[in-house]
Amino acid sequence: MLEVRDLRVTFGPRRKPFVAVDGVSLTVGANETVGLVGESGSGKTTVARSIVGLVRPASGSITYDGRAVPAGTSRPGELQRAIQMVFQDPRSSLNPWMTVASIIGEAWRTHPSAASDLDRLLADVGLDSSVAGQRASQLSGGQCQRVSLARALAVKPRLLVCDEAVSALDVSVQAQILRLLDDLRRRHNLSMLFISHDLGVVHQIADRIAVMRRGVLVEEGPATDVLGAPQHEYTQSLLDAALELNS
Amino acid sequence: MAESSSGSDDLLLEVSGLVVDLPGRVRAVRVVDEVSFDIPSATTVGLIGESGSGKTMTANALIGLLPDGAIVGGSLNWRGEELLTATASRRRGLRGHEIAMIFQDPLAALNPTQTIGRQVGEILRRSGKSRAAVRERVVELLDRAGIPAPAEKLGSFPHEFSGGMRQRAVIAMALAGNPSLLLADEPTTALDVTVQARILRLLRSIQEDAGLSMLLVSHDLRVMAHVAHQVVVMYAGRVAERGATSDVLRQPAHPYTRALVDSVPAVRTKTALAHPLPGTPATPSNRPAGCAFHPRCPLARERCRTEQPALRAVAPGRWTACHFAEKVLDA
Repeated sequence: MLEVRDLRVTFGPRRKPFVAVDGVSLTVGANETVGLVGESGSGKTTVARSIVGLVRPASGSITYDGRAVPAGTSRPGELQRAIQMVFQDPRSSLNPWMTVASIIGEAWRTHPSAASDLDRLLADVGLDSSVAGQRASQLSGGQCQRVSLARALAVKPRLLVCDEAVSALDVSVQAQILRLLDDLRRRHNLSMLFISHDLGVVHQIADRIAVMRRGVLVEEGPATDVLGAPQHEYTQSLLDAALELNS
Repeated sequence: MAESSSGSDDLLLEVSGLVVDLPGRVRAVRVVDEVSFDIPSATTVGLIGESGSGKTMTANALIGLLPDGAIVGGSLNWRGEELLTATASRRRGLRGHEIAMIFQDPLAALNPTQTIGRQVGEILRRSGKSRAAVRERVVELLDRAGIPAPAEKLGSFPHEFSGGMRQRAVIAMALAGNPSLLLADEPTTALDVTVQARILRLLRSIQEDAGLSMLLVSHDLRVMAHVAHQVVVMYAGRVAERGATSDVLRQPAHPYTRALVDSVPAVRTKTALAHPLPGTPATPSNRPAGCAFHPRCPLARERCRTEQPALRAVAPGRWTACHFAEKVLDA
C-alpha cells in the first residue's frame, strides 16, 4: 500500500549537507503494522515526517496505492487524508486553548467529506462525550493522546504513522493506548507505521520490524525474526543493551 | 536481577512517616503522605512510580530541595541524626558530600560555560587541596566514571560531550564529595538504550566497589530489576508496597504492582498486549478516599472505598498497603 523507495533526506547547506536518511526503502502493506526502531539520530522520525509530507526529501519516491505522493505539503486532499500522523507529545501537538470539539471540527472543515458524528468518534477512542467541551489543557496525558488519535481518525485515514506515540505516557496509560491502537487498526482496517525506541513495545504491536542506524536501514523482516534471531550486528547490539524484566 | 540484599544491617537513612505538603491554589496538597522506608548501607533502594506518585518529591525531601512553602513532617534519621530539625548549614554540608545527586538531564546539571575539569573539581578545591592534588583526583574520578583519556578531557566543555559522556561527568562530580548515599533521579531516562545499559552498569559497579548506597528514582521497572536491591512502589504519594526487588517484581503483593509488571513487554519474545488498568494515575490533589488505587483496582470492594489500608508486613521484609494482599500473592 505504501512504498518508500531510496528515500534520501538532507539538512543544512547544500554544499555540505547532513544526510539524515540515506537511501531507505520500506513498504507497509494493507492491514499491516510495521515497526521502525533505532536510537536517536537514526533518522526514523525523518522517514515518518517525509511520509506525511512534513519534510521534503532530496531524492527517492513515495507511492501510495501505486500513485506517486508529491514531495512536501502540496499533496491532494485525498492523500493528506489517507495518511495521518500521531506524535509523541500530545500536549505539544494539540492547541491547549482549543476545545476537543473544535480540534476535531478543524479536521472536518479541512476534509468536509469525512465529517461524521463527534460522540461516536470520541467513543471510538474511549472518550466520554463530556470531554467535547473541554480544552486540551484540562485533559490528562492519556486523554490528550486519545484526542490526537480521534483527530487522526476523524478524516478516515488508511495509514497511521505513529511517532513514539506512547513514549511520553505513564506505564499504566501506555498499556491502554497500545491496546486502543491495536483495536482501532482491527476495527478500521488500518495500516500502521509504528516508530519507537522501545523494542518490547514494537515486538508486541508490529508484524514486521525495520531497524535504522545513522540514516540507513540495516535490517528488516518479520518481528519475531528480527528480535528473536537478528541478522545484523547492530540489531544484536540493541538487543544486548535492552533490559528484560525477568532475566 | 540484582542480589536481594547486601547483608549489612546498618541503616544509613531511616525515613518514617514522611509527609510533604505543598501550598495549593485552594488548600495545601499532601504530595507525600506518610512514606516510610529504610536505606541500609551498601544497598540500592529503588523508588518506583508514575507521574504524581510523589517519588521525586520524596527524594527531594531527603536532601531538603523542595519548592518554597513546602511543609515537611515525619522523620529522616541519618545515622542517628534527625535531618528535619538539622540546621540549614548542616543540611547544605550534607548535600554534595555525604549525599550526592544525579539527575535526569546532565545538560541541566552542568554549567555550560565551565570546563568539565573545573566542575568536577569544584568540591575538592573548596576543601583546600592543592591544584596538583585536585587535578590528579579529578582525572581519577573521570576515569572511574568511564570517560576515556580523562587527562585530555579536563579542558573540555559540556557541549563537546555526548549525552552519555555528560552523564558520566555528572557521576564523576557526584563521586568527588566521597558520598555515602547517591541519589539518582531517572539517571538514564533521557539516554539511548545502548548508552543506558552502560551507565546502569557503571552505577552498579560504583555502588558495589565503593560500598555506598543509592536511592534510584525511576518509572522504569526494567531498570529497577537490574539495579535495585529493594524497591518501594509509590502511588498517589503513598507507599503501595515495598520489599526485595526480585520478590516484589516476581510476586507482587499489591494489585497496582501486578498491573505495572504485566504492562512491561518482553523484548526477545512476542508477548500479548497487557490488559490495561482503567483510568489514569491518581494524583495527590485529587486522591480518592480509602485506598487511593481503588477506582482502578480489579479487586476493589466496599472496604477499599472507605478504609485506607495501612502498610503491613505480609512476609519477612515484604510490606504492602492492600486489604487483599494475600489474594494478590496467591494469584
